[in-house]
Amino acid sequence: MVAKKDEEEELARTPLQAIILADSFTTKFRPITLERPKVLLPLVNAPMIDYTLAWLESAGVEEVFVFCCAHSKQVIDYLDKSNWFGQPNFSVTTIESHNAISAGDALRLIYEQQVIRGDFILVSGDTVSNMSLSQALKEHKERRRNDSNAVMTMVIKQSKPSPITRQSRLGTEELFMVIDPETKQLLYYEDRVNLKGYLSLDKALLTDNTSISLQNDKQDCYIDICSPEVLSLFTDNFDYQHLRRDFVKGLLVDDIMGYKIYTHEIHSSYAARIDNYRSYDTISKDIIQRWTYPLVPDVQFFGNSATKLERQGMYRAPEIKQSRLSKIGPFTVIGTGTSIGINTEISNSVVGEGCSIGANVTIEGCYIWDNVTIEDGCKLKHSIVCDGVTMNSGAALEPGVVLSFKVVVGRNFLVPAYSKVSLLQQPIKQDSDEELEYADNSSGIPEVPSISGTLDKLNEEERTELPDSQEYDVGDGGVGFIWLVSEGGQEEELRHSVAPIPVDKLVAIMQITNDEVDIPNEDGSFLPPSGELGPDSITNDSNEDAEDIRDDSIIFEREVEATFQRAVEEDVTDDHVILEVNSLRLSYNMASADCAGALFYSVMKLALDAPHDSPNELYKNVVTTVRKWKKLLKYYLPSIDEEIEVILKFEEMCLESAKEYSPLFLQVLHHLYDQDIIQEEAILDWASEKEGAEESDKVFVKQSEKFIQWLKEASEEEEED
Amino acid sequence: MNALVTEFIIKLKKRKIEGSKATAKLTAEVLRSCISQKRLPHTHQAAALIDAIRTIGEKLIAANPVELAIGNIVRRVLNIIREEDVSLTAAAVGGLAVSAGSDDEDDFKQDDHPGLSAAAVAAAARSTLRPPSLQTLLEDIPQSTAVPHTSSSGGDSEGKSKSADKNSKSRKLKHNVIEAVNELIQDIVTCHEQIAEQAVEHIHHNEVILTLGNSRTVMEFLCAAKEKKRSFRVVVAEGAPRYQGHALAKELVARGLQTTVITDSAIFAMISRVNMVVVGAHTVMANGGVIAPVGMNMVALAAQRHAVPFVVLAGAHKLCPLYPHNPEVLLNELKSPAELLDFGEFSDCLDFGSSSGSPLLHVVNPAFDYVPPNLVSLFITDTGGHNASYICSINISEVTHSAEPKTSCRQEVLSWIY
Repeated sequence: MVAKKDEEEELARTPLQAIILADSFTTKFRPITLERPKVLLPLVNAPMIDYTLAWLESAGVEEVFVFCCAHSKQVIDYLDKSNWFGQPNFSVTTIESHNAISAGDALRLIYEQQVIRGDFILVSGDTVSNMSLSQALKEHKERRRNDSNAVMTMVIKQSKPSPITRQSRLGTEELFMVIDPETKQLLYYEDRVNLKGYLSLDKALLTDNTSISLQNDKQDCYIDICSPEVLSLFTDNFDYQHLRRDFVKGLLVDDIMGYKIYTHEIHSSYAARIDNYRSYDTISKDIIQRWTYPLVPDVQFFGNSATKLERQGMYRAPEIKQSRLSKIGPFTVIGTGTSIGINTEISNSVVGEGCSIGANVTIEGCYIWDNVTIEDGCKLKHSIVCDGVTMNSGAALEPGVVLSFKVVVGRNFLVPAYSKVSLLQQPIKQDSDEELEYADNSSGIPEVPSISGTLDKLNEEERTELPDSQEYDVGDGGVGFIWLVSEGGQEEELRHSVAPIPVDKLVAIMQITNDEVDIPNEDGSFLPPSGELGPDSITNDSNEDAEDIRDDSIIFEREVEATFQRAVEEDVTDDHVILEVNSLRLSYNMASADCAGALFYSVMKLALDAPHDSPNELYKNVVTTVRKWKKLLKYYLPSIDEEIEVILKFEEMCLESAKEYSPLFLQVLHHLYDQDIIQEEAILDWASEKEGAEESDKVFVKQSEKFIQWLKEASEEEEED
Repeated sequence: MNALVTEFIIKLKKRKIEGSKATAKLTAEVLRSCISQKRLPHTHQAAALIDAIRTIGEKLIAANPVELAIGNIVRRVLNIIREEDVSLTAAAVGGLAVSAGSDDEDDFKQDDHPGLSAAAVAAAARSTLRPPSLQTLLEDIPQSTAVPHTSSSGGDSEGKSKSADKNSKSRKLKHNVIEAVNELIQDIVTCHEQIAEQAVEHIHHNEVILTLGNSRTVMEFLCAAKEKKRSFRVVVAEGAPRYQGHALAKELVARGLQTTVITDSAIFAMISRVNMVVVGAHTVMANGGVIAPVGMNMVALAAQRHAVPFVVLAGAHKLCPLYPHNPEVLLNELKSPAELLDFGEFSDCLDFGSSSGSPLLHVVNPAFDYVPPNLVSLFITDTGGHNASYICSINISEVTHSAEPKTSCRQEVLSWIY
């Protein structure tokens, strides 16, 4: 029987499975992704997901689950049409969901479906790679055999970040990792380092490990070899959203369960993920330069049209009508059926299928997708032009422009740098996706103040002065809206755009970083030359720490209050509020007493906010509100400690933020006692705690002296009974 | 379509099969299984079979146009079908063959045959590739006139009278074809043995032989000479960037040969001490030019400069009936630059986020070199040694049966503007 079970397990383990997340759960490719999912965007004339699937197939993966969320129908239709479903020894299954808003949700859903039976590969549908998985898989399995806590192997690759902009060549932030050089275990992961140039590591890292290496020249390929536990971990920790920021960091910080993450570095093979426009540009160029061989345009890895590679890295598909006077420069890909007019110059660009390009056009470093019409005399620089766009004669694109589907640019119109043009209007801020983005930002460090100078700001102002958004703003006869760049997003825009960062901006960044480097140096000169810290500086530090904690708790309270208010407005059930507050508590590392205090504060605030004329009415408000939220309050008051915290909180409120309550202190306290929210022990403990306090602090103890007295007597009576 | 074929095509597209010999063998095996699974109609059997193989062949060739061995094998198999058909009809019809000429015109349309003479030469070509050559060659010529007749319109003229034969014939045709394809596979597998047999005639005592990269055929050739008690030394150029020469050196040392490893760039310095250069090839083109691993042209030029014989070993499956046009580009494959450089080390040179955004570093890693025929002193195939001009005639004779798919070499040249 046992043997049979083992056999079954063995059988079940054999097919290698992979999960492709066909949604990046970000908005970095907007406005394009409003109309088409990111994974179907063409990358050197083949949809991104084809690269991922072709790689997984050649790497020996047998079963692939494609998780589709945004535009899921388009993804499924595409997979259907392109025969991915009918491959021998390679089964592709789609999992559809409409309410997942993060990778965490997706994995929880997949866990529920119970389709993953063994170790699996987790990638997103925008991964380009040619690595062989066998070595990494072998290492992973080996480690698993020795240590069942080794749940994940991350694939990394050397790639030096730019010393000036502090970002990788893929446009992502500089990544710091601490890796044990012997076991290759990942000990620390930080991709949101502030520009101040320091990094704080836990001391335990140094004491627990014989040697560690801190690396900033590694690129995270976002290819993970996971054990099935990963899925259940996501389900257990329902607040994990982001694969790296929540999951990886969560596992690294949490040492109760002892789960471990390892890394596998690849050298000769290629792996990268398209995260933003910059990486779109970089990876396209890598493909054209054949680093991804055999996933290159002239090899028909899947469904892409036959293309020939000519001298100097020029790729040409058949049936191109090209004027003899046109110049097609190096590293250029021209798709099937495209026509190119006289004296047109194209360099470092990708042109899709069925485009017609007129005469005297200059195209440099652009990505032009299918069926685009570019009339005579247009000038395009470092831009992305989506399907069906028309550029009337004389129009020009400055670097970094993105023209979404079917936009028409008017005659002689100059589209300003870094603008995004779409037929759809820019969504208003209170979009659910926007909220997600916002949450992402708030969990990291605040964005660096824009250094892009006044010029951009002027531009923005000009743009806002343009006629009302109901009218198209892309010139005479143009169709499309120019999206405004969000406040503080200028810098982001610059870093993530397809266009290279202009030299003057680079100089500006360099100066800023230099300044920042200088400041700590100057500070350093005040320190004792021996480098030891004086007692003053230590106390300073601890003060700062204390302040940090205080800051945290204030932010936490605000968050809880906001959550609670949302719950009141949207009539959310208690369970959901508890869930949200719990996740807040975890993310701010707070005790349950803090939750109780914060929640109580919110409830009282609610009562206070309700209209009232006299203290009596206010008291009535309190009674109704407390009745309504009694269950919720009780949930957070499992023991005396929390109840005391609540009383202290109330006292604080009466003293500081809500003085209107001070005359009602006793009444409210009595009511809470009647409602069984606060027990007499808590009140008595609170009173005895306060006995030693200063007179000013004792106001409320005195106010409730009688009540306390009564309570004491009552308890004594009970004892007597 | 056959699942086996689809799988093979995918493998070819993804460049998962390396080496012309392995490709040739797999192609032949895939075609054999196609033939055995193909249900043949009662009439026009050969034509049906040829059509089927041709469609599959076209797809295989398109899957990896650089690997010319696929096309070679497809042509060989088509040739086999025709010949078997001819010999069967010849046996059945006997003297009637002469009367068949009238049906030819009909046939041109259907099969695109260039003509009778072509068919005849093709048959001859096949026989030249097989050892008992001259006799069969002479015998085959009259028979082959019947090719068009039976392959397409044969049924009309003598269908009724011979209907009893049909069934047995159809089975026989298939059987014979499969038999012949098996023979072809056998030839591919054993070609290096036949080439190695000739080693003693070419390698003499105390000679110094130079080779580049790693070729199984060359290895067997050298070892065969060693087994025959020839004592000689081998110089192996390592063959950057794949360094397959290292593997060859290891193998040769294991077999007890005196071996010297040099870098590719030291070839010119070394060549004056060398008595003969022996190398393998990727493909031998119709004009006798050789597509070979990168670096070979340099070796050939060095050999010519010092009047050292430059000998190319090539199995019959490597003989391609196409002419090379612009072979440096069109018959080449650029591999990943990762074989040359470490991506991580150079990642800062490949950062497109600053400066002009255009890549300043370009890494070219071609897989093949083209050695023009005038640099090759001798070809050794499994049928013996030939010089370059004779290789021409072998190769061309094979293409003349050319209803079969051509690789796009010729068409490509039109689109190529110098």
